[in-house]
Amino acid sequence: MDLGNFESLRFFYPETILTGTILLLVVLDLVLRSKKSLGYIAIVGCLISLWATLELYGTLGGWLFHRMVILDNFSLFFKVLSLLAALLVIWMSLDCLEIQGVHKGEYYTLLLTSALGMFFMASSSNLLMAYLSLELVSLTSYILTGSLPHNRRSSEAALKYLIYGGVASGAMIYGMSWVFGMTGSLDYARISEALLQGEVNRLGLFMAFVFILAGFGYKIVFVPFHMWSPDVYQGAPTPITAFLSVASNASGVAIMIRFFFPAISRLGEGGNWSYIPGVEWPHFLLFVSMVTMTLGNLCALNQQNVKRMLAYSGIAHAGYLLMGLVVLNNDGLRAMLFYVAVYLIMNLGAFLVVVIVANATGREDVEGYRGLAWRGAAIPAVCMAIFLFSLTGLPPFAGFVGKFFLFAAVIEAGGMFVLLAVVAILNSVISLYYYARIVKTMFLDFPQPDDPKVEMTVNSSALLGFLSCLTVLLGIYWGPLASYAGQSLRFFVR
Amino acid sequence: MTENVLTYMTFFPLAGMAAVLLLPSKSHNLIRWVAALFTVPPLLFAVWLYRNFDPANPGLQFVEKIPWIPAYNIDYFIGVDGVSISMVLLTALLCFLCIFASWGIEKGVKGYFALFLLLDTGMMGVFVALDFFLFYIFWELMLLPMYFLIGVWGGPRREYAAIKFFLYTLFGSVLMLLAILALYFSSEPHTFDMTKLIAQSGKYGTEPLTIWPFDQWRWGFQHIVWMALFIGFAIKIPAFPFHTWLPDAHVEAPTAISVILAGVLLKMGTYGILRVNFPMLPQATADLAYYFLGALGAWNIIYGALCAMAQKDLKKLVAYSSVSHMGYVMLGMATFTPQGISGAVLQMFNHGTITGMLFLLVGVIYDRAHHRDIDGFGGLAAVMPVYTGVTALAFFASMGLPGLSGFISEVLVLLGAWQKYPILSILGASGVVLTAGYFLWTIQRVYLGPTNEKYKTLPEINGRELFTLIPLGIIVIILGVYPHAILDLLRSSLDQINQIVIPHLS
Repeated sequence: MDLGNFESLRFFYPETILTGTILLLVVLDLVLRSKKSLGYIAIVGCLISLWATLELYGTLGGWLFHRMVILDNFSLFFKVLSLLAALLVIWMSLDCLEIQGVHKGEYYTLLLTSALGMFFMASSSNLLMAYLSLELVSLTSYILTGSLPHNRRSSEAALKYLIYGGVASGAMIYGMSWVFGMTGSLDYARISEALLQGEVNRLGLFMAFVFILAGFGYKIVFVPFHMWSPDVYQGAPTPITAFLSVASNASGVAIMIRFFFPAISRLGEGGNWSYIPGVEWPHFLLFVSMVTMTLGNLCALNQQNVKRMLAYSGIAHAGYLLMGLVVLNNDGLRAMLFYVAVYLIMNLGAFLVVVIVANATGREDVEGYRGLAWRGAAIPAVCMAIFLFSLTGLPPFAGFVGKFFLFAAVIEAGGMFVLLAVVAILNSVISLYYYARIVKTMFLDFPQPDDPKVEMTVNSSALLGFLSCLTVLLGIYWGPLASYAGQSLRFFVR
Repeated sequence: MTENVLTYMTFFPLAGMAAVLLLPSKSHNLIRWVAALFTVPPLLFAVWLYRNFDPANPGLQFVEKIPWIPAYNIDYFIGVDGVSISMVLLTALLCFLCIFASWGIEKGVKGYFALFLLLDTGMMGVFVALDFFLFYIFWELMLLPMYFLIGVWGGPRREYAAIKFFLYTLFGSVLMLLAILALYFSSEPHTFDMTKLIAQSGKYGTEPLTIWPFDQWRWGFQHIVWMALFIGFAIKIPAFPFHTWLPDAHVEAPTAISVILAGVLLKMGTYGILRVNFPMLPQATADLAYYFLGALGAWNIIYGALCAMAQKDLKKLVAYSSVSHMGYVMLGMATFTPQGISGAVLQMFNHGTITGMLFLLVGVIYDRAHHRDIDGFGGLAAVMPVYTGVTALAFFASMGLPGLSGFISEVLVLLGAWQKYPILSILGASGVVLTAGYFLWTIQRVYLGPTNEKYKTLPEINGRELFTLIPLGIIVIILGVYPHAILDLLRSSLDQINQIVIPHLS
């Protein structure tokens, strides 16, 4: 299918619903006196859009809007993820004391706009569209990061984010211009044809890819484009940190897979992709992956602030994710998709506990978690332990299965990838140390008499229960999610 | 009912955990009794299993196989053979007794017993799992409760000991995960089913690999996988040089957890080698067993005994004696003779019961005197005669006095080793002398001599403590006189494993 503007709208209703919700929120924000209901309206909007997205799943793929946007299972998978992330983050925000002073109408509007941008990131089939959608996500994220009024950290984080983001996207669009210059088109399919005919300068193309990687890398947070993340994660309001760490990361993965696989590689027998000979980006990424996970884990070891620690752990996880990319086969990509999904669940869970603890104590440092299990908050403490051990990759939690798939893909590829697997398992062991440090503080240390009691609201207990059950459930019975990830690897390529 | 007996044994404690969690956390005694109640059925099932197990059948019995995640050929596949049944019996018995040994826990009672029951499920699962994926899940499942049990309810350096244990074991198990994946992808069709992996054992490559900078390495794919698995298991055994977590963990853990650690967890290492490395990678086993099991085992015996001799802390002494005694298991396995290998498995069982007793006994004295300094006692025999009698039984069993169970297994191991590696056998035998040395010396310092004035009024061992010790003592004596009670169970399965490896010996 190659549809024009009006025909495309038939397949565009998830986005339409989301846009409608955003506009509705803007209007209601002006009309309503109590802002409490805005959050619920946003959640309902997300749910309807989610339902619409799931309805579309499995339909025949095709180009929409004159080949600007692609509709296929792959993009729908990531749309579901961004919606889920937005939904859960809004749910998390309902009871978050930290963002009480934030203007709620703008907050929810920007959050949903960011999710809308992620829709386009997952589905763009044109370099220009890719750039614009990435910028849409970035711009909304900058504002959300700085949305805490009169908070120096938050403002500093936003400024840092803006500067890094500006540089990265500048580099990316520069790389895109090289690709345009060499292939004469911005359309992924045309680029692919032009590259197939050969006669492009290999070194030039490689350089262009490295520049483009800057943009993607800054979204996924891998080395050397990771510098912004610890400060931003620490400074941003916690729900936004959670949103950035899972959704922004996921859509970065989506745009990267879309560009590097269907656009510039060829699918061969047995789900193996082959890259353009002479342009060795997989080797480059192999190296990046190892450095990213090692650096992330080593830096996380000594962090005192839990959000900052989770930022570095996020860098490490980006490194693990890249393992699935470099093996250049569908098993690896499926492992990535699976991992992104479980990472979303467990990381949001961890940030939710951060929110709960911060609500009660106002603290985000590790010491603030002292004896959490013994001061009336055994349930959040146990849930936090589940999320952290899941992040470490211990069974029977979902994170283990995610890592298991990644390792499986790497081991199956064999050869020098075994080295990558060994680096990754050493990293898993290192990561246990800092995750367990929080668990230790929560369970093994005892509270001081003046430590406040931690209490949960109904909303956050429900969300916490939901996320932790899902983390355990997906660790024990992950067949359905794995097959869903497998089906979502259907790209629309012509 | 009877066809699912292993599932019940494995998951009864998990149901117990759920039950304990539902109880009000203030009612300590209720929690204790409920926890105890849920360890009884596994014990009864174990007795039933012992009576209905067919020792003549070398294959798997009481097998259950249900597809779990069919897309990846992962099954819920459990069963027992001669190797695992003795461990299943041991686990059921020790878990039951250790609930009573934990009666004195006063802090966070609910959490303690819930985690203990979860640990029980994990351990049982490791011994019955026949699907590699399932095996790994259970293997790791044990880590979490163990970390908390040591870390929350342990001694003064509990945090350090707990994280050290956790990191060591995780390192070993992730290596194991890589090896499992390597085996999975080498099998055709890809499977985690251990029996199918064993059936294909001839296919895993042994030709020397070319890995830069070694252009002709003596090791093939099979050797590397063997080594990865071995390190994973050796950390659990614990074999030198991976043993350093053990004294810390044992000393800091509460009494019952030390018993479980020494009695069951250490066995998982040797059990894993016997279950996985031997039949699945026979060529590598034949090539590497002498160095990594035989010689290292003998070194473990001597090194552990010497370290034990130097200890001032009674619990640490017992911990190092475990290192030494697990050396016999390794040495016995490396011989590939019927005596050696069945001696090794019998030693696994005996070490579980004897060391279990030793840790319980240390716990008894620690509860009364609040220290474990060997030189800080003296003449306890006059104050606590019954206690001293039981201790003497355990000490003599541990040092291998004829008529007690430890003697049989050590002699079998040394007999087997003598046929293959006389020098290692001599080294191993000298370990017996060292063992006698440190145990007798300890008896002399703690129980004999003039009575220490400070401990004139120590109360005698009580009924509950005796209740945990007597069953183990009876087993120690019975197996010392009639070892066939266990040996008969093992023989045919061990012969089968031996037959897989022996053709590969050069």
